[in-house]
Amino acid sequence: MNLYGISGEIFLAISGMIALLISVFSSKDSSLKITTRFCNLSLLISLILIVLSHQNSGYLFNEMYVYDGLSLYSKTLILLGTILTLLIGSKPQKIDGFNQPEYPVLILFSVLGMVLMSSSKNLISLYMALELQSLPLYVIAAINRDNLKSSEAGLKYFILGALSSGLLLFGMSLVYGAVGDTSFSLISEVSSQNMSSILLVGLVFILSGLAFKISLVPFHMWTPDVYEGAPTPVTAFFAIVPKIAAITILVRVTFSAFDNAITSWQQIIIFLSLLSMILGSFAAIMQNNLKRLMAYSSIAHMGYALVGVASGLLEGVSGVLIYMAIYIIMNVGAFIIILSMRRDNQIVEEIYDLKGISKTHPFLAFSFVTILFSMAGIPPLAGFFGKWLVFYSAVNANLIFLAIIGVLTSVVGAFYYLRIIKIMYFDENDVNLDVVENKSSMAILGLMLFLTLSFGIFLNWFVETTMGIVSLI
Amino acid sequence: MLSSIPILSSITFLPLFGALIILLTCSDDEQGGKNSKFVALWTSLITFILSLFVLFNFDNDLNNFQFIEKASWIPLSNVSYHMGVDGISLPFVILSTFLIPVCIFASFQSIKKQVPLFMSLFLILEVLMVGTFCAMDILVFYIFFEAVLIPMFLIIGIWGGVRRVYSAFKFFLYTLLGSVLMLIAIFYIFSKTGTTEINEIVKFSFPYEVQILLFIAFFASFSVKLPMWPVHTWLPDAHVEAPTAGSVILAGVLLKMGGYGFLRFSIPMFPDASILFAPFVFVLSVIAIIYTSLVALVQNDMKKMIAYSSVAHMGFVTIGAFSFTNEGMAGSVYQMVSHGLISGALFLCVGIVYDRLHTREINAYGGVTDVMPNFAVFFMFMMLASVGLPGTSGFVGELLVLVGIWKAYPIVAIFCATGLILGAIYMLWLYRRVMFGKAIKEEIVSLEKLSKREIIIFVPITALILIFGIYATPLLDITQLSINNILNITEFHQNKNKVSQIAALKDLGVI
Repeated sequence: MNLYGISGEIFLAISGMIALLISVFSSKDSSLKITTRFCNLSLLISLILIVLSHQNSGYLFNEMYVYDGLSLYSKTLILLGTILTLLIGSKPQKIDGFNQPEYPVLILFSVLGMVLMSSSKNLISLYMALELQSLPLYVIAAINRDNLKSSEAGLKYFILGALSSGLLLFGMSLVYGAVGDTSFSLISEVSSQNMSSILLVGLVFILSGLAFKISLVPFHMWTPDVYEGAPTPVTAFFAIVPKIAAITILVRVTFSAFDNAITSWQQIIIFLSLLSMILGSFAAIMQNNLKRLMAYSSIAHMGYALVGVASGLLEGVSGVLIYMAIYIIMNVGAFIIILSMRRDNQIVEEIYDLKGISKTHPFLAFSFVTILFSMAGIPPLAGFFGKWLVFYSAVNANLIFLAIIGVLTSVVGAFYYLRIIKIMYFDENDVNLDVVENKSSMAILGLMLFLTLSFGIFLNWFVETTMGIVSLI
Repeated sequence: MLSSIPILSSITFLPLFGALIILLTCSDDEQGGKNSKFVALWTSLITFILSLFVLFNFDNDLNNFQFIEKASWIPLSNVSYHMGVDGISLPFVILSTFLIPVCIFASFQSIKKQVPLFMSLFLILEVLMVGTFCAMDILVFYIFFEAVLIPMFLIIGIWGGVRRVYSAFKFFLYTLLGSVLMLIAIFYIFSKTGTTEINEIVKFSFPYEVQILLFIAFFASFSVKLPMWPVHTWLPDAHVEAPTAGSVILAGVLLKMGGYGFLRFSIPMFPDASILFAPFVFVLSVIAIIYTSLVALVQNDMKKMIAYSSVAHMGFVTIGAFSFTNEGMAGSVYQMVSHGLISGALFLCVGIVYDRLHTREINAYGGVTDVMPNFAVFFMFMMLASVGLPGTSGFVGELLVLVGIWKAYPIVAIFCATGLILGAIYMLWLYRRVMFGKAIKEEIVSLEKLSKREIIIFVPITALILIFGIYATPLLDITQLSINNILNITEFHQNKNKVSQIAALKDLGVI
């Protein structure tokens, strides 16, 4: 069997094990640093391997594993997102005495699960990849063992995550019962001929399980607590990377396994998307903690992204994929700022701590303002183009009410983003905020700022690439 | 040579380079502030000169968009970066490029903190305003149109008065709420027609029911921007709290985006719905003219009074536009340009006394004429122009609108004329209370005279108001053909409606 198509994942698995050894056998002081560097390097190499090996598309292991444009796109985003979050989190970690070398290793394994997940075309491989992705995440959420909030977050995440896995598995078993097979292609065949009620119930459970992972309302309860409780570098990772994998697999399940049963899942997706947009926007208004606010903001963003899936059109999926790229850009930028906030060497994460930052750290403030306006979806910034693509596909699919509610909630969303801008720029500062000076983070922030400002220029490249990808799903 | 240089893009994006230079090089100290003022002023002046080049090379007899630039942006969806000017957009482009250097020059003294940021935001604002008026692709238009919110929000919020936060939020959320509905309407148009070219969409005729919904969505955006009664309430707040230059640009250009939107999109794209909604628009506009004039009468704050007078003047703009007569529409454009100059100048006047006395309360003044004779002349001129004294541009705009509406709906004209009288009452009363009387208060007696810089700001505006007031032909010539195009569309649909009504009556056996 030719394993070239999966070489990136194999490399990642082996280097994960090596990283484990490195973390154990290196000296305690430098262990985290060395392991992080090693993990970054192996992520980069496996990214290169994946890009090389995914030039052609094909199947492996009886169609359990597929390598195609969609998996290449999402794996690229996942790996880039991970590398970026590891880079921006490394310096603050050291300062906060958060020193477990397992952290990058666990992330590596979780990422392995994610890349496998975006390639799975079978319920079994999907479930295995999903669990490989989730288990390290539960541990990472609680990695700050001495912190009560972090442990609580880990436990909460684990229990709810296990519940969602249970739902998923139950749904899968129902689908297997109805179809007699677990491969997406056969599910697609059967669902096109006879969408039996067992299959439908199975689909609902599978979608609920996935909605947990993407943190869509009403399966979002864990998100704010886990985001708040976990150490900030971990939150940054949670906010950015797992969503890409989960959205990808959602797209695969809806457009590849149940592609002929659009009417069955479209309502569910519309419902999830509507609730997420509304709750994400309104609940964030009351938040003063930046990490909780980012949690609700990510719920709302996932709601917007899902509008593209709800449209049931290929251009909607292309919009979702572009939305995810934009989402990474904005969130990496935002988390760089959250990660660098300090007062008297203590981590601070209240939005009022940002008071007057425009005078003391003009570049940081300017970048954050740009990113926040972009999150609010104001043109000509990146966030607007994401909303444009998904809402346009909704209008095209005659889901005008969904688009209207979407834009109305984005106005509500604008309010809480503006609130942060107000605190940074309009309020006079009394106590200065310290900022961790970190050159590599600032360089990444500059890059993200540039991408946010000039995304319109690259839009055409993204549209053409993703349209090419989705036409082959 | 003309076709080889992308002149409109140069005008649009030149200020962006100025803004980038300021943001990257000027530090937030005294020297940085000085440098940024210098860079901003020169960039905006060069932009203005470039825009004059467009004005002088604009062919009034060519019935089409000119200086067209087109570059493919997203070929798959058929969206392109498409710029061009016609008779309706050209005056606003020039108005924007003219007012920005004035504003920058006017804020040399009054802006004390974060000067480089202020200057760069103004230049970015210029990019977006010019882009809005030049865009020939409806999505590109929307991007510029809504992006204006960002710099304006920051300008009001950072350099504004006491209640600046409230005003900035109100301004931002109000206008955003209006324009997102338009965005959905744009998407709908795009998905039905398959194009985002304004020229192509105009040719497409939507079913009647669809037109009505689309008209409402666009109306939501433009009526907030203009603003029309009863969604005008953000304007007085924003004006009062914004720094002088912010008020000038808000009244001078940003409000005109609403009127421009009606003329460019609503009326030609949805003619049947526009005809249907015209009486509704008249009612709102008449209420705006009379009600806001009455409200302006009782204001104690000078800026608030001028803000309310802006709402009243914008009422004339909508009445003119929806009269569907040649005079009315020409008057509507004329009124917008002239109001841009006059209200801008009035806000500058308020800014000048505010810089000295730090209050806008009318009662705090009195007898300024004795102390600041030069200022009294300019202020009186602007005040009379705002009232619509013959010989000033305000008169031409209002007269044309009145003539136009008299032809179409004489009753509306009567109400408009009443508004004119009320306008004269509050403006003259304002002038009497602020300027006349004896200067008894100590602060008033010790007021400084106009500086050279301030006189330099007023002279070009005064000259333009006079020129447009005495010799109206050049501006009317520019707009004529474009207005004819809109009129052709609306007349065609009005006649079609009449024919179908007659047919319906015949069916019923009435005729």
